[in-house]
Amino acid sequence: MRMKRGIYRFRLWIQIAFAALSNGYVAGFFKTRLYSGALKQVCLPGLNCYACPGALGSCPIGALQSVLGDRNFKMSFYVLGTLMIFGALLGRLVCGFLCPFGLVQDLLHKIPSKKIQRMPLDRWLRWLKYVVLAVFVLWLPLFAVNIVGQGSPWFCKWICPSGTLMGGIPQMLMSESLRESAGFLFSWKMFILLALLTLSVFSYRPFCKYLCPLGAIYAVTNRFSLFRFQLDERKCTHCGACARSCKMGVNMSKTQNHPECIRCGDCQSACPEGAISSGFTHTTRCSGQCSPQCSGASPAPDSPARDHSPD
Amino acid sequence: MKRNVGAFILLALGVTFVVIGCLRGEPMTVLRKAATLCLECIGIG
Ligand code: SF4
Ligand code: SF4
Ligand code: SF4
Repeated sequence: MRMKRGIYRFRLWIQIAFAALSNGYVAGFFKTRLYSGALKQVCLPGLNCYACPGALGSCPIGALQSVLGDRNFKMSFYVLGTLMIFGALLGRLVCGFLCPFGLVQDLLHKIPSKKIQRMPLDRWLRWLKYVVLAVFVLWLPLFAVNIVGQGSPWFCKWICPSGTLMGGIPQMLMSESLRESAGFLFSWKMFILLALLTLSVFSYRPFCKYLCPLGAIYAVTNRFSLFRFQLDERKCTHCGACARSCKMGVNMSKTQNHPECIRCGDCQSACPEGAISSGFTHTTRCSGQCSPQCSGASPAPDSPARDHSPD
Repeated sequence: MKRNVGAFILLALGVTFVVIGCLRGEPMTVLRKAATLCLECIGIG
């Protein structure tokens, strides 16, 4: 199945619809009681806080930390398996289409202002999300345990801006007793949230690029997920339109399915030659007539067609 | 083609992991955590 360019025009609406659907427990906004039905055992694909009054499913990063930190388990087959399935099918298409915190950053970036194309130390900062994943999501919940062997969700507690935005703020607004309990930790988390939201106006998705552990997991699966982007070397003139359109700093004409590609489709829409395609397909078949820029060695014209995946 | 094999292996592994996790009763732990207000998430835990 191939994704037509048009589908990317509706990306914002798909993001909004999915965020609304996965947080559609309207009663939660009036009752100060979270939804606790069976659906909440299911992990959502994006960073959707389960403390959000409307959440109908669970956040995979929160769930991962809570099972890892549970003294009865210390390993979460269930959550890791769910992430493998999302990753194998979609990779970072989840980031482009199905994550509410990605949506929030996208909306803020639409505010007219001077845009920063590349943050200082961008290349190095991109590795930070893997450190956050290893330290705050895996290592600390597993090993920094209390006297009964129970760990805490360190990422939720000290970093996660999605938790503050989707859970913290609405819950505080709804409950006076929670407001009275708020102290240093809440101020710290508000500081992180406000800093990231402000930065999102000027720089595209700073949290996704530098800090998100879920983005880091999907980044690893991006190269071989079933949903993928492809470049037709015979059509590509290497004009650079795709690279200029990419707000994640990826050059689609050089590397398809890069770990940083959130599969937003901007490059596909920007390509004047229609050389970029995407979908749940096998690799395109090179006819042996490809351009000199084709990074795979071209087969002899009489040889059978070969897989054509230059990245 | 090779990458598709990788994706299918990951998919099969994922399904196997989910089944093992369900047999261990992990979804109940997820539900317990998700259905009660997570104080760490909201910034007071
Ligand atoms: S605080 Fe963040 S990581 Fe934790 S459950 Fe909420 S959204 Fe997920
Ligand atoms: S990187 Fe994280 S916050 Fe950003 S869209 Fe992906 S899952 Fe959501
Ligand atoms: S490479 Fe294309 S699809 Fe990927 S993030 Fe950049 S513009 Fe979006």
